[in-house]
Amino acid sequence: MNIVITSIVILGAIGCLSAVILYFVAKKFKVEQDDRIDQIVEVLPGANCGGCGFAGCQGFATACVNAGSLENKFCPVGGAPVMQKVGSILGVEASEAEPMVAVVRCNGTCANRSKTNTYDGAKNCRIAASHYAGETGCGYGCLRFGDCAAVCNFGAIKVNPETGIVEVDEELCTGCGSCAKACPHNVIEIRKKGLKGRRVYVGCVNKDKGAIARKACKAACIGCGKCEKTCPFGAIKVENNVAYIDFNVCKLCRKCVVECPTGAIKDVNFPTPPVKPAPKPAEDVKPVEPKIEEVKIEEVKVEEVKIEEVKVEEVKVDNKPDAIEQSLF
Amino acid sequence: MKTFKIGGVHPNDSKLSASQPIEVMGLPAKAVIPLSQHIGAPATPVVEKGAHVVVGQLIAQGTGFMSANIHSPYSGTIEKIDNAVDAWGMPCKSIFINVEGDEWDESIDRTDTLVRAFSYTPEEIVKKISDAGIVGLGGACFPTHVKLSIKAPAKADVLIINGVECEPYLTCDHRLMMEHGEELMIGIKILMKAINVDRAIIGIECNKPDVIKHLTDLSIKHFGIEVCPLKMHYPQGGEKQLIDACIGRQVPSGALPISVGAVVDNVATCFAVYEAVQKNKPLIDRVVTITGDKMSHPCNLKVRFGTPLKDLIDKAGGLPTEGEYKMIAGGPMMGRSFCNIDSPSSKRTSGILILPESKARRNEEENCIRCGKCIDACPMGLEPYLLSRLSEVKNWDLMEEHNVMDCIECGCCLYTCPANRPLLDYIRMGKQTVGGIIRARAQKK
Repeated sequence: MNIVITSIVILGAIGCLSAVILYFVAKKFKVEQDDRIDQIVEVLPGANCGGCGFAGCQGFATACVNAGSLENKFCPVGGAPVMQKVGSILGVEASEAEPMVAVVRCNGTCANRSKTNTYDGAKNCRIAASHYAGETGCGYGCLRFGDCAAVCNFGAIKVNPETGIVEVDEELCTGCGSCAKACPHNVIEIRKKGLKGRRVYVGCVNKDKGAIARKACKAACIGCGKCEKTCPFGAIKVENNVAYIDFNVCKLCRKCVVECPTGAIKDVNFPTPPVKPAPKPAEDVKPVEPKIEEVKIEEVKVEEVKIEEVKVEEVKVDNKPDAIEQSLF
Repeated sequence: MKTFKIGGVHPNDSKLSASQPIEVMGLPAKAVIPLSQHIGAPATPVVEKGAHVVVGQLIAQGTGFMSANIHSPYSGTIEKIDNAVDAWGMPCKSIFINVEGDEWDESIDRTDTLVRAFSYTPEEIVKKISDAGIVGLGGACFPTHVKLSIKAPAKADVLIINGVECEPYLTCDHRLMMEHGEELMIGIKILMKAINVDRAIIGIECNKPDVIKHLTDLSIKHFGIEVCPLKMHYPQGGEKQLIDACIGRQVPSGALPISVGAVVDNVATCFAVYEAVQKNKPLIDRVVTITGDKMSHPCNLKVRFGTPLKDLIDKAGGLPTEGEYKMIAGGPMMGRSFCNIDSPSSKRTSGILILPESKARRNEEENCIRCGKCIDACPMGLEPYLLSRLSEVKNWDLMEEHNVMDCIECGCCLYTCPANRPLLDYIRMGKQTVGGIIRARAQKK
């Protein structure tokens, strides 16, 4: 019995002594941290993707608190709702930013861009890019090994084994930009998501002269400048033999899509294919919109097979102006 | 027999073209001269479109510290100065020449007579080498005049000549040593004078007994030059390995050979130095080995820079008509496979190797079994399995700590790996990235 009491007393004494020491140590070495940092970390998505430009969510929260304002700070993953929460914690106005999405600026599918050789080194875009131009004749396009897919924290980007190039899932993509940084050929660009996800962009970054680019890939931008002349808003610039559409200026009229001789300019999420003689494209499109959208919803409900059918139709229509232009060539 | 102490592998030497004498390659109708034929900044063109040039005329000037001059290997008219596609499908600025006749610059001595005597000062020799645009013809294309300009307090006491040719298949240096031994000796004498040393050692592997005998006989007449027969051991042609093998000195990590008092030059470079100093001929051609298991006529060709690779391959029997094959610029161990045969040859092209798929294709990659063979094979004492893994997970700091910059990219790790892991691919990427980080850091300071 004595042993029990003695041990309790001794252990108790050690415990009390340690508690006192720890108390003073904690007082002495206390790290002052703003509580708001923890609060902000709570509301952030916690993806630690670095899309905001800071080292993870903690870094972003610290930067927000230290700066005291949300100017030039935006969490692409959480978007406006999260930024509003952050703003309410700090008691400031949240900065507005449009939702962005990763866009693969390459049309180099297996059908458009045939293989000229086989690469048997490490399956890594960066290594392949530092070694040579790639498995096709185009030294600028998608290398097809999926460095971007490896860095994506949201599973939004994948190499499609059928087409041979990477595809972005718009639903999952947060526009954080890590794929764009990982791509050694800078094929991926972070662009404005656009109204109802509608976007027009040049799906090519080939800087070679027209003939060489066209030889390497059927859907390459040949830098002919037709789109630049057609664009009524001056949104398109041709530099180094490749066209670029400024998404801040583009009004989505799609005149360039029709004009492009190689079909390098892509329009996505539009309900109808672009029409060549379009006097008032904006008005023409509007009444058609709701009908098609309804159809789409029905299809999703029924079966996947139907969606494929619809896709095939779309492709056919897309090809029409292309084929006409090709015969002109 | 001597060799270096750590690591290395023993690939089959397959010297198919060793007995083929050097043939002179004919002139193409059109030639493309790349402006970047050396490490460092590309040379700046000094001729205009439409100008007439003669053989040996300066057409591009090396402007950077690590840059070298480029001379016209042909006479003719400059068609244009534009981007051409190199062997790897990348654009590279080049000078296009329409070849017309074969008119040489008058100052060049084109006779075969040996010119033994020279009375230049070391500065004059370095100047002549610099003007002639000579770069290390062993593969790295490091400008030779930079190597010879030794800054005090560093001092060289021995010149080591690399006649090892440890790369399997390649025989260009072998043939050069056999056919131009005398010129080589004079070239070595000139280099000895340039760096002020009285001892030169020619390292030659024992798979070339004819060369060892031939050069040993010649070296008797040249005081200070000795031949050092070496055991067959890849990568003995590496600068640091060769110094270790010949004189037993080890170059510290991150240091240059001059830190142990040695300067290393390739035999082809010595021959080019002879031609530049004694014959006034700039570097416009080199010996190239075109070989491969299925080639009907493996050969050694004296090729002027700018000749399309296709012409060279055709001379050796042409590409195989059936099955897949791999085309490699250089030897099978360190050479770089390429995809465009319309591209021109350059100062870098030491050989072209066409391997059948059965020999060249890499096997399916498997998991690392931690056998440590790559560590045994690494001639620099690195840990390739670790470096490759660190590169995969992008841990550049730790890679630097593990001395990735010492890697000589010899490929021994890749050669021995039983799991067929692309170790060197990843290490090379890591080395590039870490090198960039180090340079950026140095610039900040």
